[in-house]
Amino acid sequence: MSAMFPWRRLLVWSATAAVMIVAPLVFTQGFAVSMLSQMGIAIIFALSYNMLLGQTGMLSFGHAVYFGLGAFFAAHALNAIGANTLGWPVSLLPLIGGAAGLVFGVIFGYITTKHSGTPFAMISLGIAEMVAACSLMFPSFFGGEGGISTDRVVGKAVMGIDFGPSIQVYYLIAAWCFVCMIAMFALTQTPLGRMANAVRDNPERARFVGYNPTRVRFLMLSLAGFFAGVAGALEVINFELITAERLGTVASGNVLLMAFIGGIGHFYGPIIGAVLVTFLQSALSNYTQAWLLYFGLFFLVMILFAPGGIASLLTLHKPAVQTRTLGRLLLPYAGAAAAAAVLMLGLVALVEMLYHLETKAEQVGTVMSLFGRQMDTATAQPWIVAAGILVVGGVLLAFVARFVRSGWAHVTVAVNRAKGI
Amino acid sequence: MPAALELKAVHKSFGKTAIINGVDLAIEKGERHAVIGPNGAGKSTLFNLISGRFAVTSGSILLNGEPITGLQPQQINHRGLARSFQITNIFPKLSVFENLRCAVLWSLGYKYSFWQRVGGLKDVRERADELVGMIGLQKRRDTVAGVLSYAEQRALEIGITIGGGADVILLDEPTAGMSNTETADAVALIRNVTVGKTLVMVEHDMSVVFGLADRISVLVYGQVIATGTPQEIRGNKAVQEAYLGAEVE
Repeated sequence: MSAMFPWRRLLVWSATAAVMIVAPLVFTQGFAVSMLSQMGIAIIFALSYNMLLGQTGMLSFGHAVYFGLGAFFAAHALNAIGANTLGWPVSLLPLIGGAAGLVFGVIFGYITTKHSGTPFAMISLGIAEMVAACSLMFPSFFGGEGGISTDRVVGKAVMGIDFGPSIQVYYLIAAWCFVCMIAMFALTQTPLGRMANAVRDNPERARFVGYNPTRVRFLMLSLAGFFAGVAGALEVINFELITAERLGTVASGNVLLMAFIGGIGHFYGPIIGAVLVTFLQSALSNYTQAWLLYFGLFFLVMILFAPGGIASLLTLHKPAVQTRTLGRLLLPYAGAAAAAAVLMLGLVALVEMLYHLETKAEQVGTVMSLFGRQMDTATAQPWIVAAGILVVGGVLLAFVARFVRSGWAHVTVAVNRAKGI
Repeated sequence: MPAALELKAVHKSFGKTAIINGVDLAIEKGERHAVIGPNGAGKSTLFNLISGRFAVTSGSILLNGEPITGLQPQQINHRGLARSFQITNIFPKLSVFENLRCAVLWSLGYKYSFWQRVGGLKDVRERADELVGMIGLQKRRDTVAGVLSYAEQRALEIGITIGGGADVILLDEPTAGMSNTETADAVALIRNVTVGKTLVMVEHDMSVVFGLADRISVLVYGQVIATGTPQEIRGNKAVQEAYLGAEVE
């Protein structure tokens, strides 16, 4: 709140920019740049979603509508640029997507923000379904099943940048991502942003200090629509293709998961969530058919044990760092991680064997390779071993949890002593 | 000069149940006015009607001579009326300072601005800090409101109510549930922050009522059976029968 120059904040943003610039130079595998690009898009999308859920308390099941519609408008605009019927630089295409997201945010926001809570959630779901249905009714705009494909390499190259190589696309996305992050953070520091928090906490009290909660929700949803549209346009540039499933309820659910896993109570939470979920979805789907099951389990564990998301887990440890007692926790955590790894080994083995037996055994036989070992899923032995590992892991975890608790007891004592209690 | 607040033949029914049965009331500018009455008399409902939380069934309400009947709470607030709540109604996840900042933003003209940095608004910061001082919560300035003690939350409730600079203040049972010393502090606070303003309050504590109020209205079964100075009300036979005699609190 002080009028002093916010050096710390400048440092955080500089570090963020540095990470974004350096990341593709560190991760040079073939798929890494593509994944980093997807992360940048997901960060914008998840942060725009959290303008609703985390900041204004609006649980939306239809945020992909603004992402998707922004993307379709951007795709048609990009095709028009390619056909020389529209003079507009490709690097500013996200503004067109954002404008489309904003317009639909205004239209749908006007309808949906008259309500809050469960009615708002239900109406947002209804709008998502309605737009998804429209996408089947208007194949000329939405391209039917195949979607709308486009070509990002259009117009003249500016200083050798034509967005042909994916690394150029990454830096375009990174630049937009950085600008959007700053813009969305700045928004939280404005009168509207602060009143959004007030409306989230107590809409009735907000009325009696002069604010119309409906107007606050409407403005926040419209602006969130803009940023979602920007993300949608970047997706079009990245994949040169957009299909109707990107505006469906599955996509809307996905962005909710990202924000929630990262933590909706902190500004940076959805950034963590977007990076982690994008990584898990790309990485896991490369290795296993059962990745959706693992992802679901991961989400379940997060909701059960860390409902505030990863960001809240991080802030939970702040007092331990301040009282220099974090060391008390490291050993128990290492033990817990080892026990959890054993538990997961057993679980993964069971799931993979089950998948193999149910989906592949008829074609390739019941023998499969797992963790570098050959095993016959038709025999009892691998099942017994896997179940045994699972149980051992569970028992170990329950045993180690005791040390985690006593570690935390030390931290609590230290924190109370620091407070003078 | 018009009355600060005037109610004309105000009725309110929920379904077939009539709660407010034709209330006429005129409160002068600068007056401290207490509304008393037994439980269920409709005191809180009356406040909810005046502040726009509920719509009247019939009748009209005037603020400084202008009709406010049928307006939304925020519109009534913009016309210079603010209220507190019987059950503490604050922003529990925001700090004391942020609570008060929310209360002053509109009146200083920032409305729904999303192009100004709230931390850079000097007038907002100064006004909010002034309020922190007025309600005596300097030491709790950056504490999350949800963890304050009950009396502190009640003080914050009053701070939020007066924050927007409204000149008609409605306080709904500001000392309910407080100890004697807390009540004395609250009365001093109310006296202090309503200087030059019109105050209407619902209150059960008779020492508070007779200590603070210039005039008192007695509400029984949705009707005002008497209005007058504390002395007049004490001496009023109908009041004694209907209220003071039956249920001294």
